[in-house]
Amino acid sequence: MSRAQVTINGKIFPIAPVVPHLTVLDFLRERGLTGTKEGCAEGECGACSVLVARPGVKKPTDWVAVNACLMPVAALDGQEVVTAEGLATSGEDGRPPTLHPVQEEMAVRGGSQCGYCTPGFICSMASEYYRPDRCAHGGTDADAADQAGTEHGSNGFDLHSLSGNLCRCTGYRPIRDAAFAVGEPAEDDPFAQRRDQEPPAPVATEYTRDGSTFRRPPTLADALRALREQPDAVPVAGSTDFGVEVNIRSRRASYVVAIDRLPELRELRVESDHMEIGAAVTLTEIERRLDGDVPLLAELFPQFASRLIRNSATLGGNLGTGSPIGDSPPVLLALDASLVLADADGEREVPLAEYFTGYRQSVRHPGELIRAVRIPLPLSPVTAFHKIAKRRFDDISSVAVAFALDIEDGIVRRARIGLGGVAATPIRAHTTEAALEGRRWTAETVEAAARELRSEGTPMDDHRASALYRAAMLGQSLKKLYAQNTEAVSS
Amino acid sequence: MSHLSERPEKPVVGISMPHESAHLHVTGAALYTDDLVYRTKDVLHAYPVQVMKAHGRITALRTEPALAVPGVVRVLTGADVPGVNDAGMKHDEPLFPDEVMFHGHAVAWVLGETLEAARLGAAAVEVEFEELPSLVTLQEAIAAESFHGARPLMESGDIDAGFADSEHVITGEFQFSGQEHFYLETHAALAQIDENGQVFVQSSTQHPSETQEIVSHVLGVPAHEVTVQCLRMGGGFGGKEMQPHGFAAIAALGAKLTGRPVRFRFNRTQDMTMSGKRHGFHATWKIGFDVEGRIQALDATLTADGGWSLDLSEPVLARALCHIDNTYWIPHVRVAGRIAKTNTVSNTAFRGFGGPQGMLVIEDILGRCAPRLGLDPMELRERNFYRPGQGQTTPYGQPVTQAERISTIWHQVQNDAGIADRKREIAAFNAAHPNTKRAIAITGIKFGISFNLTAFNQGGALVLIYKDGSVLINHGGTEMGQGLHTKMMQVAATTLGIPLSRVRLAPTRTDKVPNTSATAASAGTDLNGGAIKNACEQLRERLLQVAATQLGVNASDVRVVDGVARALGSDKELAWNDLVRTAYFQRVQLSAAGYYRTEGLHWDAKSFRGSPFKYFAHGAAATEVEVDGFTGAYRIRRVDIVHDVGDSLSPMIDIGQVEGGFVQGAGWLTLEDLRWDTSDGPNRGRLLTQAASTYKLPSFSEMPEEFNVTLLENATEEGAVYGSKAVGEPPLMLAFSVREALRQAAAAFGPADVSVDLACPATPEAVYWAVEAARASEVRGSEPRAEAHTLNHA
Repeated sequence: MSRAQVTINGKIFPIAPVVPHLTVLDFLRERGLTGTKEGCAEGECGACSVLVARPGVKKPTDWVAVNACLMPVAALDGQEVVTAEGLATSGEDGRPPTLHPVQEEMAVRGGSQCGYCTPGFICSMASEYYRPDRCAHGGTDADAADQAGTEHGSNGFDLHSLSGNLCRCTGYRPIRDAAFAVGEPAEDDPFAQRRDQEPPAPVATEYTRDGSTFRRPPTLADALRALREQPDAVPVAGSTDFGVEVNIRSRRASYVVAIDRLPELRELRVESDHMEIGAAVTLTEIERRLDGDVPLLAELFPQFASRLIRNSATLGGNLGTGSPIGDSPPVLLALDASLVLADADGEREVPLAEYFTGYRQSVRHPGELIRAVRIPLPLSPVTAFHKIAKRRFDDISSVAVAFALDIEDGIVRRARIGLGGVAATPIRAHTTEAALEGRRWTAETVEAAARELRSEGTPMDDHRASALYRAAMLGQSLKKLYAQNTEAVSS
Repeated sequence: MSHLSERPEKPVVGISMPHESAHLHVTGAALYTDDLVYRTKDVLHAYPVQVMKAHGRITALRTEPALAVPGVVRVLTGADVPGVNDAGMKHDEPLFPDEVMFHGHAVAWVLGETLEAARLGAAAVEVEFEELPSLVTLQEAIAAESFHGARPLMESGDIDAGFADSEHVITGEFQFSGQEHFYLETHAALAQIDENGQVFVQSSTQHPSETQEIVSHVLGVPAHEVTVQCLRMGGGFGGKEMQPHGFAAIAALGAKLTGRPVRFRFNRTQDMTMSGKRHGFHATWKIGFDVEGRIQALDATLTADGGWSLDLSEPVLARALCHIDNTYWIPHVRVAGRIAKTNTVSNTAFRGFGGPQGMLVIEDILGRCAPRLGLDPMELRERNFYRPGQGQTTPYGQPVTQAERISTIWHQVQNDAGIADRKREIAAFNAAHPNTKRAIAITGIKFGISFNLTAFNQGGALVLIYKDGSVLINHGGTEMGQGLHTKMMQVAATTLGIPLSRVRLAPTRTDKVPNTSATAASAGTDLNGGAIKNACEQLRERLLQVAATQLGVNASDVRVVDGVARALGSDKELAWNDLVRTAYFQRVQLSAAGYYRTEGLHWDAKSFRGSPFKYFAHGAAATEVEVDGFTGAYRIRRVDIVHDVGDSLSPMIDIGQVEGGFVQGAGWLTLEDLRWDTSDGPNRGRLLTQAASTYKLPSFSEMPEEFNVTLLENATEEGAVYGSKAVGEPPLMLAFSVREALRQAAAAFGPADVSVDLACPATPEAVYWAVEAARASEVRGSEPRAEAHTLNHA
């Protein structure tokens, strides 16, 4: 095994055997790189945002911004990290550093007040600055076209790239101005040049410290063996959920198996009758590689957590944790998706509608991994994803409803409706589907079906919403879909 | 023009510039308290032992199991306190309590070699506990008559006569939530002991002098044995005015007892569950209007949720009462105030300090009453403005000296926002869109500047000029992002007549400037700027004498501009550096302590009368929103603001304060939703929204899509440094316009002139229910349920 190390701002730092719960954030700060801050320790505020070199979508390497508070440092063996400190060109002979273009715009436009969130904003902004197709066509985020004016700059800058960064001081206007003012990277910009080289390869690693092991197996077969041999092993991909468990609920796993770079989990293939998305392809990668080809997914992604989270999070993780308020299950239920589950003995395919069995429980056995998600083709033409939450960017759903309807000659031929937040698991709205299928797509049909939809599931009262509101929103979502898909009601 | 407000030739104040630490911010080089831990050897980490019950008495506390955890060094309990076991100024906040007063109250602290060891040690401490009944909500406390502290009564005019003269008398009730500060940097302190046993505490505090005071009384040592320094804060917003003291005292106590540096830093959940917030309020009110909609009388009772201890609740309540008039002349007033004692965190200062709560009550009343009076809300508000030249005073007796600014600003906002055209556009849009409605609302503010308590209105500074001509300034104010230090450097450069590059600023320390007031009440610039100006003037006078001799003229004919001393009408000049060196050799003192006290203030807290404020800050905002009738979700489409900062000392900084305050206020009123477990279950009293994932601050999606901020021109304030006005708090209250626009948009789903009650915060769910209520109203001018509306027919 090679000596474990990580390159930070061009300098090599050895990673001594570490416990799996040591985060990149704490590792950086213990080494004096205190520009990276902790604001929430659960991937909500972005004060810990740093850049990592990852396999790129349009170029060999992308500079991807991630939440350092969620990522185990053990996952970074052989990787390259850049922090806000490393973006500036250090001054020679004690002279002050030359600011990176992103830093310069933020500084001169009043983008910082207390400054605590600023290094994180800088890293998120730099990631977007280096997105290869940013300047080519204004933003690839396939969110609603009517947002283009306020959420995309004329420089192609997509404000959703900052959706995971919170600032309590500025009110964001100067940060937006800074984001929309950055130009294209210079030809001799070393970070821009780095994109044309291969990304650092994942390194198979195994550390044990204080009785806890972090293991990155080289292949799926190795990973499945490890999961079988270690009954307590926790498979971790983007660590966006596991990291929260570690930080907020003090979870200390004795054995962590990193699966985020397994090649078998990172494929995205389109066949004639289905599409297969590897369980460890990050949501950002899916979003950019599909580039709007699955409109329902394209509608989902900008509403799914934040760019920082989507840069690490995976479909496998969102389905693996089995949360009833995950945002991908309603969409995948509406798309009639199935899961490919693998263990050391082989694979099986399970329809997603049969996957969840109870609160955070599923048919997946211990030792079994989600390898891929299959979406049947062709897609239903009428789709929508309605997420009800307090905040439009980066919030957790009170209720989420996904629709996929086939409407021919004014008749609903087929309806698939996925619901989140109304039961112990994500569910299909079977009664509502039946109330739509075979009927004319009219206000009366919708009114009757919306009544059914209101009573699907068993919504709860909690701090996010009342049960009454949740139920009301189920019905309203269908009415809204109808209004948006009928005569030119532009509201 | 007053001596205080007059600007010299080529002033550095007034120039727009970024924050003085902007380069450090963007490169990650700026240091905050907890960053120092990694530069300090042998640090111990402190971790609280929280009891997760809302109320109860501790019957046993066993620390031995914690000491058995590897890496645990010591457990701090009440028995370790050499001085006074209290963290507050009211002596009602035991640092180590015997009685748990809120869910999550810390009863002991564990010191560990690592944070992990301290955490595990804290989990191992055994607490035995006798649970007591708890009051978690404001309603429960009101019903149980659980109050503490002062019960002020503000009266003016003849309230009964006022109602007798009213054509319409309307009553109502209103309850609204508090707000979590959510400064991005949580509470933190690092304490060290020097060779002489003296304590050096680095603390993220808005009030270093009071942190010093509490640390010294907890340790039982005189203040001169304790030095507190604050490099900068990652946001404060009032949350670090009072709350940091006890936490700093824990670190100091640990350092004193172990001889090692002790670090304390809250994680976000600890910060949210253990530190105080903005006070939520309950109000009952009765208001009388004449036939034209002019307010005749207001009778109200405001109840603030003080939480378990008093902290700053009394002055917060006082400021709420002092702002219930906002921009409106109310001839007959009776407002009573009281502070509920509940088993929740001790609520504290938060940007606006009660002012927003008082003003929200009257703005809510007007928003609800306008349809019932058959008046456009803009019209109703404008009719009730204070009028200049009529000797009108506030309900507590202070003359409203710049009443003309209220309507000047109002009309400027109406113009800038193109109100007339946009009202037409909105009406057309709404007619064409059954499921989406827009509305535009304007609200204004009048916010009193100065601490209500007159004694706090003083500031100090220490300015040093070194032989090479470089200048180092110290002052009592702290930097939390508001740009105070930037302005102070501009003030010093302006007074001395030198370029900004010659001025540096040292971190705030109690051994440089003693007995300072909190950097609070928006008064940081007024007080510390006044003191720096005073120190620099002393130095300038001495240097002018030196220059006069050198240039062969009278000192009164010398001006120092841009770092060069010149005699009037002569081309002889003397460079700053040469002037300073000459002064040194002539044995002229090159340091000066500056001092400032705000003149003309008086306040009688008992009779609730006086002139507690030096001046009022004014502003108005026009906000347009769009509401989705299916869900209640909304967007802020456009905001236009005109705000009065006097003559701005630093326009980029001031605009930043206006924008940031507005969005923070909009967060309070719309999105930020503090929820406690109010059930009788095992988690009663637990804060349910105790993390960034459940308590949502405004993000980019809440930023107004179009955001225009204009500073009022020709606005010189005679009573403040270089003609400026305070800006920290007032803009927060401009966000009332968001709430009122949401109310009007919800009403647009119903028949004309429907009066809409809107919950606060106005989350999408709250707006949805308001929309549903409006839709359900059939009749024009219908009477919502819970309110009485009587017509007087005298």
